[in-house]
Amino acid sequence: METPLTQHIVANRPPLSLKEYEQVGGYQSVRKVLKQMTPAEVTELVKASNLKGRGGAGFSTGMKWSFVPMDVPGPKYLICNADEMEPGTFKDRLLLEGNPHQLIEGMIVAAYAIQANVSYVFLRWAYKLAAHEITKAIQEAYDAGYLGKNILGTGFNLDMHLHTGVGRYICGEETALINALQGKRANPRAKPPFPQVSGLYGKPTIVNNVETLSCLPHIVNNGAEWFKGLSKSEDSGTKLYGVSGKVKRPGTWELPMGITVRELLEEYAGGMKDDVQFRGLLPGGASTDFLVEEHLDLKMDYPSITKAGSRMGTGTMIVLDDKTCPVGFVLNLQHFFAQESCGFCTPCRDGLPWVEKILLAMERGEGKPEHMNILEFHTQFLGPGNTFCALAPGAMEPLQSALKYFRADFERHITEHKCPWK
Amino acid sequence: MATIYIDDKPFEVPEGKNLLETCLNLKEDLPYFCWHPAMGSVGACRQCAVTVYKDENDKVGRLMMSCMEPVRDGMRLSIKNQQAKDFRNNVIGWLMTNHPHDCAVCDEGGSCHLQDMTVMTGHTYRKYSFDKKTYRNQYLGPFLNHEMNRCIQCYRCVRYYKDYAGGKDLDVFGAHNHLYFGRAEEGVLESEFSGNLAEVCPTGVFTDKTLKQHYTRKWDLTTAPSVCHHCSLGCNTIAGERYGTLRNITTRYNGEVNGYFLCDRGRFGYEFVNSAARIRKPLVRSQLPEATTKEHALQEAAGMISKGRVIGIGSPRASVESNFVLKTLVGEDNFYLGVSEPDHDLVEFNLRVLRETKAHILSLREVEKCDAVLILGEDLTNTAPMLALAVRQSVRQQPLEEVAALKIPLWQDAAARELIQDKKGPLYIATFNPTKLDEVATEIFNATPAEIARLGFAIANKITGQPSEVNDLGKAEEDLAAQIAEALLLAKRPAIISGTHGGRESIIKAAANIANALHDKGKEAGIMLTAPECNSMGLDMLGSHRLESAFAVMEHGEADTVIILENDLYRRACSDEVNKFFEQCKNVIVLDHLHTPTTERANVLLSAGTFAESDGTLVNNEGRAQRFYQVYPTSEDLQESWRWLMQLGAAIEHKQMLGWSTFDDILPAIVVAHPELKGIERVTPSADFRIAGQKIPRETHRFSGRTSMNAGMNVSEPKPQEDPDSPLTFTMEGYRGQAPSSIIPFFWSPGWNSQQAINKYQEEIGGPLHGGDPGIRMIEKTEQSIGTHFSEAPEHFQPLADHLFMVPVYHTFGSEELSAQAPAIAQLTPEPYLILNVTDALELKLEEGQHLTFKIGELMYHLPIKISMTITRGTAGLPVGLPGVPFAELPGWAILNKDLIWKQKPQAIS
Repeated sequence: METPLTQHIVANRPPLSLKEYEQVGGYQSVRKVLKQMTPAEVTELVKASNLKGRGGAGFSTGMKWSFVPMDVPGPKYLICNADEMEPGTFKDRLLLEGNPHQLIEGMIVAAYAIQANVSYVFLRWAYKLAAHEITKAIQEAYDAGYLGKNILGTGFNLDMHLHTGVGRYICGEETALINALQGKRANPRAKPPFPQVSGLYGKPTIVNNVETLSCLPHIVNNGAEWFKGLSKSEDSGTKLYGVSGKVKRPGTWELPMGITVRELLEEYAGGMKDDVQFRGLLPGGASTDFLVEEHLDLKMDYPSITKAGSRMGTGTMIVLDDKTCPVGFVLNLQHFFAQESCGFCTPCRDGLPWVEKILLAMERGEGKPEHMNILEFHTQFLGPGNTFCALAPGAMEPLQSALKYFRADFERHITEHKCPWK
Repeated sequence: MATIYIDDKPFEVPEGKNLLETCLNLKEDLPYFCWHPAMGSVGACRQCAVTVYKDENDKVGRLMMSCMEPVRDGMRLSIKNQQAKDFRNNVIGWLMTNHPHDCAVCDEGGSCHLQDMTVMTGHTYRKYSFDKKTYRNQYLGPFLNHEMNRCIQCYRCVRYYKDYAGGKDLDVFGAHNHLYFGRAEEGVLESEFSGNLAEVCPTGVFTDKTLKQHYTRKWDLTTAPSVCHHCSLGCNTIAGERYGTLRNITTRYNGEVNGYFLCDRGRFGYEFVNSAARIRKPLVRSQLPEATTKEHALQEAAGMISKGRVIGIGSPRASVESNFVLKTLVGEDNFYLGVSEPDHDLVEFNLRVLRETKAHILSLREVEKCDAVLILGEDLTNTAPMLALAVRQSVRQQPLEEVAALKIPLWQDAAARELIQDKKGPLYIATFNPTKLDEVATEIFNATPAEIARLGFAIANKITGQPSEVNDLGKAEEDLAAQIAEALLLAKRPAIISGTHGGRESIIKAAANIANALHDKGKEAGIMLTAPECNSMGLDMLGSHRLESAFAVMEHGEADTVIILENDLYRRACSDEVNKFFEQCKNVIVLDHLHTPTTERANVLLSAGTFAESDGTLVNNEGRAQRFYQVYPTSEDLQESWRWLMQLGAAIEHKQMLGWSTFDDILPAIVVAHPELKGIERVTPSADFRIAGQKIPRETHRFSGRTSMNAGMNVSEPKPQEDPDSPLTFTMEGYRGQAPSSIIPFFWSPGWNSQQAINKYQEEIGGPLHGGDPGIRMIEKTEQSIGTHFSEAPEHFQPLADHLFMVPVYHTFGSEELSAQAPAIAQLTPEPYLILNVTDALELKLEEGQHLTFKIGELMYHLPIKISMTITRGTAGLPVGLPGVPFAELPGWAILNKDLIWKQKPQAIS
């Protein structure tokens, strides 16, 4: 089984230096695209590889790039979204801390494809080790001539800067990230216009996830067909999957796209701990719908999980067990989302705290029968399109599915005037 | 045009607009908060959701925010659909989770957009049962009250204050549902346009603090259409009264003049009307007590004017009608314009330029759409504030073309602003001192009046391509002139802005030359000239003699009695001259509303109504005649100046004034005497205008307490006072539909109690009011406009040893006579000072705050200095009109008295 993204990451050992990375074939893709390929060919290659964005939305990366107007004068920008902050998601961290040069290499490829001359890594503030490693790696790349002016004598220029955020989940939304990078409030922007047309400082901009960018060197080196062949499903490549919760071996693994939920849960995470039973899981991070027992044989890829009414998201699942109160579980998530709302649009800003307060009341034994209706209308009215961005709809996914699968538990909180788990 | 279906009914609507605006244009009731007609859409509040269907077979549809969706041909949407109604209802529910429900004690109550929208969506029962958050409020200065608890986070305030008006000190802080809209720390809001926050805010976060001092609900106000008296632009206002005091000023939308906004001087300057210094009874100084009855005062005054020779001195702050009646009373030969010598010449010259120019005479609103602007000699923020706000919009015009090119609708406000970033269209500013608008300017040229005029002449020459008639132009000026000429020629709608505040005819000449030159080059060039006061133009159009001549006539004993109309001569000429004049007058009759040094010299003082107690017409800087209406009935002793003068005419049986008794009697006579003012009689409907046999009520149908408001004195309700001069009543009875645009006393429509009701009064959102915007231009460019080219650029400025050349410095708050008497404005009026060049200050061994003594004419000044890096050496900036700074003819020379400097003990400004 090939694990191209993580092959050079060894636990408890610092990441490869530039020299070491070059020795294992690092930066070859940069040589290849800069010297042998046109930007359009790179985009076509990535399109052909069917690489989908690993940040959660799963949009075709090559397609995203192709919306960048190539004939307009003025700067273009590439941004790496390394603001990994969704509860239960820790897969980008592995790549950031484990192999920063792979990311930088991927960013050079992407920047070349869209002809951007300035790039940023927008990093979650709490990833201190990653910040240290990336800073070092960027400097090494400058020193080796992979960054800066006239890279490898090809005339292509690219500067790269590390920007650490201040810890706002909304910065993971690409337009909010752009605003934050400009020094403005991290509020998302209305789309259209998309960042590909009017992004950072009003200029064409591509924002890609760490894992997405880290795939690029391998696609360039090995080809689109190879990349497709890594997968067990119609989605290409490998995927960094993660499991957290009361399982025997929580962690993150690079596996072929499309392995089943059960394989991941039982083979890699070792199944549930001995004293607990499985009740459900959020397949792709905190903003995805619950899957339950009946879904365990689904493939962990974008279409299969979508069909089951959830989302593959970041591919990092959170497992709920029978000793954990589902209301408390959802409350914890709603507290996070309510706190991380940017405050721009009404339903999200004022709806999420309301949901949180109801769940808290239920947990305290103060829940009322009418609270169920209020939760229901929030799951309905905080849906996609009704709010300004995807934060609140994402927040509603675990709630609406919890109300579907664990409704009796919610009702017990109300009728028993207490949390049955306490 | 596109066809859209709203709830299955087809409508022909323009393409490109958003659905919300389109629905409002169709007079549909669709609630909204964050969208504002002058500021476009951002999609924050989610209140304007509608259901949009894919096609006619789609029965489910999906919710969309109408403010963010452009109209597309064949589009199907529903406002009434239950899903959309439920969502809109819930949006209010969410907004209310932290709203204090304090309508009963909130100043916004009764004119609150949030109340209206809450009722409109049908949100009646609160489902939210948890604690609400509370905030600490801020002191924001004398104009606005801050009550953050009421905030519904629509972001309108910061979008208006920062994005639209260019303010820096109001922002949004915090995140999620702990947002704070306010200043980083307590303090006076810096913007001269902060008062608009009270109207922009859809609820009671920002409310009018001056109104709070004497609070009245909107429905209890007696209101009338008015025109701002505090600068020459003539912004339209609504003035409201209760219990005999003026309570507030709000914006009266005028699609050609001020649009949706007012400046703070215009909004908060009104309180002079309620001043303790008001003259509320006529006085006859020869008796005790001086206060007397109207009849007796008239008798005394009539006695004075029936014998001997009488002269009249008019006023640029009095209406055309009052000035005209005075002119008629004393006779054309005996009428003098009560303005300073420089103003007399400058206004006359303004008028000449406007009459002769080939360029388009711009309206205030048109300036917003100009795509290159040159300002010569005017510190607009301080001389014509709303024009500065318009210029701030104009610098966006060229960058907005890029937005349009990317097919982003211009109403997509956030997207448009992101795309254009800090890019600004061409704006060139040539002034004596730095101005607030400099921050959005392409280039700034700080110089003396002569150098500014020279630059202007050079620009005109560059445009026409003629060799420079400006001698000895420096390289920097030459290059700047070329750069400006090029920018103006590249623009589609270049605007030249100048006016009288530069104090030099040569500056206005240069402006006229540039505008004409651009016109000759085939440009749609526009010109706008400011004037000193609210009716400077109207007064000058009546035409007459100089104030200086009035002084001379009196000195030569050719007259013995003077009638002074609403004018403090000490603001028009040196006090020595004015004192001398008064000493030579046998009888002085003064009509005014506030005590001034001039009223102190009156033998008979007639208590004149302010704008709030009078009807009249003002002609603004562009030559637009606009009517203002008496707001409330007054006591017997207080009446319009023109009525006093008319009664004086009747008392002496003046032949030309026979049969005059009402306002409408004056207008035909004005047109006969001054054909140029033809049209002034059509500015508003005459007093006999009726709709369905009814007059227009000044009071709302909810006006309360009429039967009881005087019950403390007398339980029988007095008969309402008649208004013989207008088609408005002083009561709540009358026609309830929409009045013609010029006589709209308040904006109200069923379900729309706030100012947002304006939507219902417009032909289209942001466009003209139904039937056209009020006001008629007295001067229009015609085929015969000759576009005179003025030659004679002035010579270089030459400094003089032991002299300083004083240039005028204006202040939004303090320079204008009437508003300076309003307590809120007075709080922000600076202490007297003098601006001095840094090198001059060094030579004079003066530090910031130390006093300089100098003499202008015969008058000694003694002022603390402010050091400037930019003002030209040998010149100094002297504030105009500030309390404590006596009148001087500016620009002009001052003599330094060196002996006095050394003896002066340094004093810091407190």
